Amino acid sequence: MIIKYFSWIKEQIGKSEEQIELPHHIKNVNELINYLNEIDEKYNLIFEKKDIIKIAVNKTYSSFDTNINDNDEIAFFPPVTGG
Amino acid sequence: MTKSPPLIKIKIQNEDFDVSVETNILQQNNTGAIVNFVGIVRGYDEKNDQIINSMTLEHYPGMTESEIENIIVESYKKWELTGITVIHRVGYLKPYDQIVFVGVSSKHRQNAFNGCNFIMDWLKTKAPFWKVEEKNNERNWVSFNESDNKALKKWEK
Repeated sequence: MIIKYFSWIKEQIGKSEEQIELPHHIKNVNELINYLNEIDEKYNLIFEKKDIIKIAVNKTYSSFDTNINDNDEIAFFPPVTGG
Repeated sequence: MTKSPPLIKIKIQNEDFDVSVETNILQQNNTGAIVNFVGIVRGYDEKNDQIINSMTLEHYPGMTESEIENIIVESYKKWELTGITVIHRVGYLKPYDQIVFVGVSSKHRQNAFNGCNFIMDWLKTKAPFWKVEEKNNERNWVSFNESDNKALKKWEK
């Protein structure tokens, strides 16, 4: 699975993307965040600001309870500020 | 009569764009009205009373284009547009640089005005772009402006 980060989330986590092997018991985005958080506390920021973080699964807006699998591309980013 | 699909152009690029060239493309289509919007990099942050030296924009390649496409499809169903061009610049920009172009053509002016406004409002809230402003000794990621969400309310009618 590829995980991408943008804007200040990318800077706080310290990378723009990473590849992980998704453990079988992880079924949705929420569980993925819990899993990452167990690996490293820097991921905590995704939790702390859960009310504003946006999620995309395979480049489509999604939510914390969206189902995921190992072939998916997940992205975490703050609210958009283009235009 | 079968309606022909609108002429659509979406570009995410570092380079500047030429409004007259883009207008000319929209003019080639079956049109009676063109409305263009051009967003410009501001040189001053009024909220924090600070001069902005420059700005850098990033986007999510692939998703940004598909979100813009979704907005465009909504817009032409709603406003009978005959042509739509969205160009958004990314990378390093200076104050007063052009940042975004939204141009639409339609047979009638009200549809063109509304279509352009609709695309811009949705682009501000859905298209994955992020701006970081560079000021004297600091750089700040721009926060989402709640008024952009309020702007969407007018399309709920």
